[in-house]
Amino acid sequence: MATKQVSWLIPAAVLSGNTSAEEMRLNMTQGVTDISASVYNLHMIIFYICCVIGIVVFGIMFWSIIHHRKSKGAKPANFHESTKVEILWTAIPFVILIAMAFPATKTLIEMEDTTDADLTVQVTGSQWKWHYRYFEHDLDYYSLLATPQSEIHNKIAKSANYLLEVDRPLVIPTGQKVRFLITSDDVIHSWWVPEFAIKKDANPGFINEAWTRVNEPGIYRGQCAELCGKDHGFMPIVVIAKEPAEFNKWMAEQTEIAKNAKAEEQKLLSMNMSMEELMTLGEKVYNANCAACHQQNGQGIPGVFPGLKDSAIALGDVKEHINIVVNGKAGTAMQAFGKQLALKDLAAIVTYERNAWGNNTGDVVQAAAINEFLVDK
Amino acid sequence: MSTTNSNADNHAEEHHGAPSGIMRWLLTTNHKDIGSLYLLFSLLMFFIGGAMAMVIRAELFQPGLQIVEPDFFNQMTTVHGLIMVFGAVMPAFVGLANWMVPMMIGAPDMALPRMNNWSFWILPFAFLILLMSLFMEGGGPNFGWTFYAPLSTTYSNDSTALFVFSVHIMGISSIMGAINVIVTIFNLRAPGMTFMKMPLFVWTWLITAFLLIAVMPVLAGAVTMVLTDKYFATSFFDAAGGGDPVMFQHIFWFFGHPEVYIMILPAFGIISQIVPTFSRKKLFGYSSMVYATASIALLSFLVWAHHMFTTGMPLAGELFFMYCTMLISVPTGVKIFNWVATMWRGSLTFEVPMMFSIAFIVLFTIGGFSGLMLAITPADFQYHDTYFVVAHFHYVLVTGAIFSIMAGAYYWLPKWTGNMFDEKLAKTHFWLSLVSVNVLFFPMHFVGLAGMPRRIPDYALQFADFNAVISIGGFAFGLSQLLFVAVVYKCIKGGEKATAQVWEGAEGLEWEVPSPAPYHTFETPPTIK
Ligand code: HEC
Ligand SMILES: [Cu+2]
Repeated sequence: MATKQVSWLIPAAVLSGNTSAEEMRLNMTQGVTDISASVYNLHMIIFYICCVIGIVVFGIMFWSIIHHRKSKGAKPANFHESTKVEILWTAIPFVILIAMAFPATKTLIEMEDTTDADLTVQVTGSQWKWHYRYFEHDLDYYSLLATPQSEIHNKIAKSANYLLEVDRPLVIPTGQKVRFLITSDDVIHSWWVPEFAIKKDANPGFINEAWTRVNEPGIYRGQCAELCGKDHGFMPIVVIAKEPAEFNKWMAEQTEIAKNAKAEEQKLLSMNMSMEELMTLGEKVYNANCAACHQQNGQGIPGVFPGLKDSAIALGDVKEHINIVVNGKAGTAMQAFGKQLALKDLAAIVTYERNAWGNNTGDVVQAAAINEFLVDK
Repeated sequence: MSTTNSNADNHAEEHHGAPSGIMRWLLTTNHKDIGSLYLLFSLLMFFIGGAMAMVIRAELFQPGLQIVEPDFFNQMTTVHGLIMVFGAVMPAFVGLANWMVPMMIGAPDMALPRMNNWSFWILPFAFLILLMSLFMEGGGPNFGWTFYAPLSTTYSNDSTALFVFSVHIMGISSIMGAINVIVTIFNLRAPGMTFMKMPLFVWTWLITAFLLIAVMPVLAGAVTMVLTDKYFATSFFDAAGGGDPVMFQHIFWFFGHPEVYIMILPAFGIISQIVPTFSRKKLFGYSSMVYATASIALLSFLVWAHHMFTTGMPLAGELFFMYCTMLISVPTGVKIFNWVATMWRGSLTFEVPMMFSIAFIVLFTIGGFSGLMLAITPADFQYHDTYFVVAHFHYVLVTGAIFSIMAGAYYWLPKWTGNMFDEKLAKTHFWLSLVSVNVLFFPMHFVGLAGMPRRIPDYALQFADFNAVISIGGFAFGLSQLLFVAVVYKCIKGGEKATAQVWEGAEGLEWEVPSPAPYHTFETPPTIK
């Protein structure tokens, strides 16, 4: 844990940007884009304006508090209005504000200009993960919190990037204009990466735009910024900015891996996995994708998320069980996992749910059964 | 201002004083009784909402999940907000209006006394429903006090119906209270009490009452649409049915922004009463204070979307709302300058109400500064939905609205009870509150700038130290408020007898009736010269 800090009491320390992971920065980040730097400048200008006004106004007030006290024999003056003064102190703030509005307007216009992008990424929020799709490439994937539950529940020591780490970060090239199309599958989320000065809401059924041009390669971390339900605090964002050449290399690798995985899936259809294999895999995938709602012990949260232990569906017809996992249930928090997970994982999850926590149906569901269902539809 | 009516003499012959027993309180139509009921109710709600804040701060004391589950944490933040806004701050101001407005304008009572009884007595039911919904299976409302759709519609739990019902009742209560204030001020002013002679507390409340009537129906509309979207398959806020979730936010903030001023304009009024008293000097720029209040109220209808800069508004919209928001700081500044000018070359003393008022002026201004920073749209993209915003609105609501209520309570307590309060205890309350409230809210600015989002039950390690400090400040502030209860209790029980004027520099009709103010005041109107 971070060392004890009392330095924030000292104004000078307040303004020094300190960015090590352990010690908290005390001011807004300057970020790694031209835009984030101008946002930082606006923030500092308005901050200094407030400081000056504050010093003048509070200065006069405290002067009065010290010198105009009854205990010092002060006699009250009689004045109680002055049109001249009133006009003056209406006009001065007005002029200051107009001066402030110019740079703010200029930066805002730049921020909203999403034209001429080199690369477009669709960002989709859902409870509680992000999905990234590269428009110009054949690649899309989900990005989930990577911090283990045992750290969150204080069973083991917390690692340096606690709650700010994901299984698959978004990767973008430096020096290129990257446009983000931001939307949501369920409730409103907000995609926020402080280093890019981007915070844009992900609204279900609508698409918002934002853009960035990152100047320095690096790993940049952010979080969902709009309350989106139970695990709102647990859907971080990690973006890795790589030099264009490295980015292209990464992209080629990833599209290759994605292609191979699809081919692998086809092969899998004719193979059978054993119960143990399915249960081991199922437990892992279930805990990563389903436990947030249905809980690790399968008991759900009464009145919010149904339990799967002893549930009619988990003990009943396999088809119906597969159906709800693959297609979800419209108008509820239950998402369609068919497009999110591999066939093998889906088969493992369903098998796991039908045999864990005392649901001893003995049913073994294979990838082929899931695929049949997808083809069926 | 002075009166030709000597109320105390009249009153000796009065035979109908306060009835006794529980029925006095249930059936009362007396503005002073109803004022006391409102004030005590708001104090109770302040502690219930405060207890929830303690749960929040205890969970956030350290990183990791320690004492509550995330879903319950969300219920705490939601209900804490709802209770503090609708249960603590608003009823406290209505209580003060009930007590003071008739006495300040020389009226015998509120104009609509039975409605007055009704508007108070439905409130406890509203909050009972809200609080009991926490014990339902699936828990209470967990979507934030702003209840954004579709989190509050498609994705909410079954307590939502109760939430909607309880907000409806609160709205009805507020609207009735506002009608009463307007009718009273328009019709029951004593002869000679022209509008431009009214004390500023009366002025600010008059304007607040119009704001209430304008926006509470909008809130009622918003919750009703949430209700029908959730239970009756409408799709006001669901794109799949042709609706728009962002429209919810427009409707909510069209209510919500004026609501912010509903919670601060009466505070301006209180401070404008207290500062001249303890400066022994007339309020500087009375008429500009009135005009500034009115312009703030009008502008408050044109800035709502500054809460929504990140929702993806068109550029023109963002610019419009940025400019209007910056503009609203001008009349607010005028108020601050006027208070300082009132103190300037006065003859100042620092009794407890004055101490709270000075703290108000400084700390509310800090909240105003962060508000001005939030108005700058590009910077707001970084501040929005972080602890910087939490710091901002707690500075304007706790050290703003609540400090003004404390100031007002200490100012008028001797008038209400006839006894001076324990000054030493009250000063202890002030200093403990002042220090702890800043330990509580000031570091939130830094945590927010460093990037901690609001409404999260757990956070990254870099924020750990500051959150521990904030929580300690929170516990200290919460405990300090018990002293306030002790002061009020002791003051009701007894103490040094208060004179009619109570404070040396106090002027106005309320200081011309004896202390405690008799059950009925100004049955024959005073004449204002
Ligand atoms: C965001 C929360 C959430 C997540 C994550 C989630 N579910 Fe669900 N699930 C729900 C809700 C809500 C329902 C109830 C839907 C309804 O109203 O019928 C549900 C229902 C179900 C049911 C039917 C239960 C019954 O008895 O009616 C099954 C089976 C199920 N989910 C499996 C899964 C699996 C497998 C996963 C992971 C791949 C998963 N869920 C992930 C929220 C979730
Ligand atoms: Cu989210």
